Amino acid sequence: MSRYWKDVIGGFKSLLVGLKITGKYTIEPVVTLQYPHEHLTMTPRYRGHIELVPDPETGETSCIVCGMCQKACPSNCISVDGEKPEGAKKKVLTKYVLDFTTCSLCGSCVESCKPGAIDFSKEYNLAGPSREAYVFDLLKRLKERSR
Amino acid sequence: MEEYSVLRLILYLAGIIGVVVAFHAAYLVWAERKIAAHVQRRIGPKEVGPFGLLQPLADGAKLMSKQLFRPAGADAVLFWIAPFMVLVPAVMSMVTIPFSENLVARDINIGILMIFAFASVNVLGLLLGGWGSANKYAVISAARAVSQNVAYEIPMLIIVITVAMATNTLNLNDIVRQQDGWIWNWNAFNWLKVGPFMFANMIMFFICSLAETNRAPFDMAEAESELIAGAYTEYPGMGFGVFFMGEYANIVIGCALTTILFLGGWQSPVAFLPDGVWWFVIKLYALLYTVIWVRWVYPRTTLYGLLNLSWKVLIPFTLFNLIMTGLWLKVFKGF
Amino acid sequence: MNGLTQLTDETFVLNLGPQHPATHGVLRVKLVMDGEWIVKAEPVLGYIHRMHEKMGENRTFAQFMPNTGRMDYLGALFYNHGYCCAVERAAGIEVPERAEWIRVITAELNRISSHLLWFGAFVLDLGGFTPLLYAFDDREIILDLLESVTGSRLTYCYFRFGGVYNDIDDSFIEGTRAFIKRMRGRMPMYHDLVTGNIIMRKRLEGIGPISQEMVRRYGATGPVARGSGINFDVRRHEPYSVYPELDFKVPVYHECDSMARYMVRMDEIEESMRIVEQGLDRLPEGPVMAAKAPKIIKPAKGDYYHAVEAARGSFGVRIVSDGTNTPYRLKLRSPTFSNLSLFGEACEGMLLADALALMGSLDLVIPEIDR
Repeated sequence: MSRYWKDVIGGFKSLLVGLKITGKYTIEPVVTLQYPHEHLTMTPRYRGHIELVPDPETGETSCIVCGMCQKACPSNCISVDGEKPEGAKKKVLTKYVLDFTTCSLCGSCVESCKPGAIDFSKEYNLAGPSREAYVFDLLKRLKERSR
Repeated sequence: MEEYSVLRLILYLAGIIGVVVAFHAAYLVWAERKIAAHVQRRIGPKEVGPFGLLQPLADGAKLMSKQLFRPAGADAVLFWIAPFMVLVPAVMSMVTIPFSENLVARDINIGILMIFAFASVNVLGLLLGGWGSANKYAVISAARAVSQNVAYEIPMLIIVITVAMATNTLNLNDIVRQQDGWIWNWNAFNWLKVGPFMFANMIMFFICSLAETNRAPFDMAEAESELIAGAYTEYPGMGFGVFFMGEYANIVIGCALTTILFLGGWQSPVAFLPDGVWWFVIKLYALLYTVIWVRWVYPRTTLYGLLNLSWKVLIPFTLFNLIMTGLWLKVFKGF
Repeated sequence: MNGLTQLTDETFVLNLGPQHPATHGVLRVKLVMDGEWIVKAEPVLGYIHRMHEKMGENRTFAQFMPNTGRMDYLGALFYNHGYCCAVERAAGIEVPERAEWIRVITAELNRISSHLLWFGAFVLDLGGFTPLLYAFDDREIILDLLESVTGSRLTYCYFRFGGVYNDIDDSFIEGTRAFIKRMRGRMPMYHDLVTGNIIMRKRLEGIGPISQEMVRRYGATGPVARGSGINFDVRRHEPYSVYPELDFKVPVYHECDSMARYMVRMDEIEESMRIVEQGLDRLPEGPVMAAKAPKIIKPAKGDYYHAVEAARGSFGVRIVSDGTNTPYRLKLRSPTFSNLSLFGEACEGMLLADALALMGSLDLVIPEIDR
C-alpha cells in the first residue's frame, strides 16, 4: 500500500518537475540556427569536395600529374590526365575531373598529394538539378576562379 | 418566437463550425507547433506570413489538394463516414457551451449530459475508421481507443456527478452563474460551498479530458512510434484533416468544460470587473496551452498503464471525493 | 503463450517495418500477434546490406578506412579505432603516445554523442519528443568539436595506421572542457526530466527482461550485457590503447530490464566525461603520427584480431592476410547484430508497446547490423 501512495504522490510530483523544466526552457532563447537566412562558417579543417589550389605566384595549378590521388581514391572518382608539351620537362595537367556523386570525402587524395595541389573546399551548400551537375571539372573551376 | 429560435440556432451552428471549430483546428495546430518549438528551444513555423501565422492556410490548401485515396480492401462507407463521426459530435457539443451569459446556442437544462452523450459518439468514429481502414495498425488503434474511452468516461462522469450534486443543476450556464463574484467563489476554490475536494477533482477532470481526447501522454490511439498513426494511418488529405478538426474541437470542449465546471466560465476573477466572453477565452486558452505543453513533456503511457491509472487511481479517488463532498454538503448545508 | 508459434484464427501477422517510425532505419520485424500480445517475433535483416566485408577484400587497407565510418554512423570513431588497431597489430606499427591519447579522447567524445542520440531516440520511441531536442542541443557541441578536429561531423575518417590525421589544438581542449562542464550541469536535468518521470519508470522498470543466460547464449555485449549484470567491457577486460592507465568504472546493473540498460548508458556518459577529462589532463607532447608508418601496408601472412568497445558493445575486426596489400578476408563483428538477435526471443509474450521499448533499449543502428 505504501508503494501505491509513493507512486501516486511521487509520480505526480515527477510530472510537475517535468513541467517545471520544460517551462523554464520555453522562456529561454532558442538555440537553433535559422539555416537559409543564417549560415555557419566551416572550420578550417572542414572537408568539402576537393578543389585544385592555385600556386600563389603563377596562379596556375602545381599538379605534376603523378596520379597518386587517382590511385589513392577508394571510389575511383578522380580522373587525371596530362600531356608533355614539346620541350618541357614536366607534364602539364590537361584534365582533372572529380565525380562527386561517388566521393565519400575521405581525404585520401589530399593526403597522397605530394606537391599540395589539391585541398578541401568549404562548400557545404551543394544542390543541383541533375547527377551530371556533380561531375566537377576542377581545372575549369580553377581557371574560372583565377579569372 | 420559434422561428427566431431556429434561426438563432442555425446562426450559432454556422458560427460554431466556421469560427470555433475551423478556426481553432487550424490555429491550434499552429499553436501546437509554435509551443512545441519553444519548449524545445526552436522557433517553429516562421516563413509563411508573420510568425508563420498563415501556415495553417498553407497546410489546409495542401491537405485539400491531395487525392482522396481509399486503400483496397477498405470499407468505403465506414472509411468515409468515420471522420465525420468524430467531427459532428464535437460540433454538436459546442451547442450547449456558454461562451458568455448570452452567447450560447441552446441553453439546455441537461447541457452537460448532452455533451457526454455526444462525446461517446466520438469514439465510435475512431472505431469505425480504424476498422474500415483494413489496416492492422488501425485495428489495434481502434481497440485501444475504445477501451481507453470507456475507462476514462467513468471517473469523468463521477466528477460531473460531484459537481452536479454540489451545484444542484445540470445546466452549464447555471453552474457558471453560481460562481459569481471573486476568484474564491469559483468551484475549484470554493471550499465552503462545494467542498474542499474540487481542486483535486479539477486536476483529475483535466487528466481525464486528456485521455478522452486521445492527447499525449494518453495518445494510445495515435502512438506514432508503435502504430504509425493509429486509426488515421490510411487517411489521405482532408479525410485526415476532418479527423484532426474533430480532435481539436474535442480538446476545446474538454478545456471549455473544465473552465465552466471549475474555473467560473465567463465570470471575472475580480468582483468589480465586468464578466464576459473574454474571461472565458482567457481561461480556455490557458488550459489549451497546458494541454499542448503537457504533450511535449512526457513519454507516452502504455495501455495497461493508462487503465491502471483509471481503475486504480482516478476511480477510487473520484469516488472518495464524491462521498466526501456528499458528507460535506450534508454537514454544512445550513451555511 | 510462448509455445504457440503457428498461425491460428486468433493470431495475425504484423509487419513491423522496414519503414516504421520505431525501427530507426530499415529493420523489419515479422510479428505474430495475438491482439496486442506478441506471440513470436522474427527480425528480418538485409535491407541495407552493402557488402562492406567484401569491399574490404577488394581494397587496400588504407582505402577501406572511409568505409568503417559508414557502418556505425553514430560511433564512427570506434570503428576507425577497431580497424586501425587491427591493421596496426597485423603490420606491427607502433603508435606514438600522444596519438593514443587523442584517439581515446575523441572516441570517448563520440561515445557521449552516440549515447546522447540514443537517449533522445529512445525517449522518442516511448513517445516523448522534447528530450530528443535537448540531447541534440548538447550533441551538437560534440559534433562541432569533432568537426574542428576531424573535418567531418558524422562519418569520421580520422584515425590513420600509426596515429591520427590531425593534431588537436588548444581551442579543442578548451571547448571540450567547457562542454564537459556544461554536460555535468545538464545530466541532473535529464535525470529529473526523464529518469525520474513516473510514466518513464512505469514503462521501463521490470519491462523487457533479458536474462544473463540469454545474453551469453546470443553473445550480446555492451550496455545490453552490462544491464543484465555481466561485467564485461573490452576497455577493461581486453585492454587496448591507453585504457589501462585510465581510472574509470564499468557501470553494471543487475535488474536485467530496460531501465537497467538505460541507466548503464546514462552512467557511461558520466564515465566517458571522466575519461575525457583525464585524457586532457595527461595529454603528452609529441608527434601524432608514427614516423616509420609505412605508406603501403603489407602485413605478414597470418590471422589477426582486435576488438574495441564501441558505443553499442564489442566491435571486433579479424584480418586474414595473405601477405599482399589487400586482406584475404576481412571479418567485422558488429555488436548490434548479436544484440538484435536476442530480440526475437526476448519479446515473446510481450505487449507491442513494451517490445518497442525493449527494442529501443537495445540501441540499434541498422547499417551496422547489415554492414
